[in-house]
Amino acid sequence: MIPAPFAYERAASVEDAVALLARHGDDAKVLAGGHSLIPLLRLRFARPSVLVDIGRVPGLDGVRDDGELSIGAMTRYCDVEASPLVAERAPLLAAAAAEVGDAQVRHRGTIGGSICHGDPASDVAAALLALGATVVVRGPAGERRIALEEVFVGFLETAIAPDEILVEVRVPVTSAPWAFEKFNRRAQDWAIVGCAVLAGSEPRVALVNMATTPRRAPLVEEALARGASAREAADLASEGTEPPSDANASAQFRRHLARVLVRRALERASR
Amino acid sequence: MELRLTVNGARVSGDVEPRTLLVHHLRAALGLTGTKVGCDTSSCGACTVLLDGRSVKSCTVLAVQADGCEVTTIEGLADGDELHPLQAAFHDHHALQCGYCTPGMIMAAVSLLRERRPLDDAAVRRGLEGNLCRCTGYRGIVEAVLAVAASEDARPGAAGAAVAR
Repeated sequence: MIPAPFAYERAASVEDAVALLARHGDDAKVLAGGHSLIPLLRLRFARPSVLVDIGRVPGLDGVRDDGELSIGAMTRYCDVEASPLVAERAPLLAAAAAEVGDAQVRHRGTIGGSICHGDPASDVAAALLALGATVVVRGPAGERRIALEEVFVGFLETAIAPDEILVEVRVPVTSAPWAFEKFNRRAQDWAIVGCAVLAGSEPRVALVNMATTPRRAPLVEEALARGASAREAADLASEGTEPPSDANASAQFRRHLARVLVRRALERASR
Repeated sequence: MELRLTVNGARVSGDVEPRTLLVHHLRAALGLTGTKVGCDTSSCGACTVLLDGRSVKSCTVLAVQADGCEVTTIEGLADGDELHPLQAAFHDHHALQCGYCTPGMIMAAVSLLRERRPLDDAAVRRGLEGNLCRCTGYRGIVEAVLAVAASEDARPGAAGAAVAR
């Protein structure tokens, strides 16, 4: 399928992109790597009249350490995966990035695009939730920071306004033990269920595809903080979740998977 | 809009609609039909080309996103009449049956060989997970890629050999 016609604007800078979005309003969509948006355009599930391409905006990609890890929104999955800084200071994120799609997808898809798309099945979003990441967005009113868990508000819906651009993902540096688990049936598929665990003194657990958004598992975290075993804590992984039922799995099977995967991840992280 | 590309070493320019997918531009406007359209849903990898040296699914890249970039297709691999080592290895190891996935499979493998060492059976299979062979002839494909990796690694001073150690 070929996308419906749209006008194409190539932003020269973040300010330029923000101005273009302000001018075109709700009819515009931001194009980063395009690996969530282009499939939607082709199926004509999305029909924006204008695409604002931020792929050439200088300074939006790369990983820096300024006390936290600062990851540019246009940093592609493969570069997150290969970054020595990420490997050393947030290895959970590197592991999750390596699980996304396939090599070709990781060559194009971006960390910022993944967040803005807001897919509940995003591996990287779960890892970033477990890591306690925040995002920096810029809009007509200037810059603001949002905790990642406040970004995800519904299915493919985020708290980033239509006239705002995600410019940076900030990840606290950690040496806590971690694990990432993903269950799917075929290579390159989205997770049917996945989970990211950051152990240590304040354990954080996040789930892939167990609700309309990527989400944390607060009951598991509280149980761990009380000193519960991995098994006891993991038994709470499906409490309060609203997993989808679809051709891949029933909601009931997803709840089972969440408990099993969280237990495996907690055991692996504690080794 | 005006689009400039370097395709298989040659500069080409032309006018494209923004909605044109790179694979359609390569096939329809430039006549490079070696790159295939398979699933049309970013899954099968038949449309894989190199964009600035990295494998991408050209059904999921707008031609305008590639403006100013270097594109390599299967037509750009051979050196005159001499096949690229991967093309020769696919021939030697019977790494194709119907052949439809082959151009994409080879382009994905070119990128994989540049990026990953050491490569073993599992690493090749994982590296090529974005490419589907509906004849399910994966055994020969994996052997062909491993054979090229081994011959590159055996070359004195090969970059791959250094990384492998």
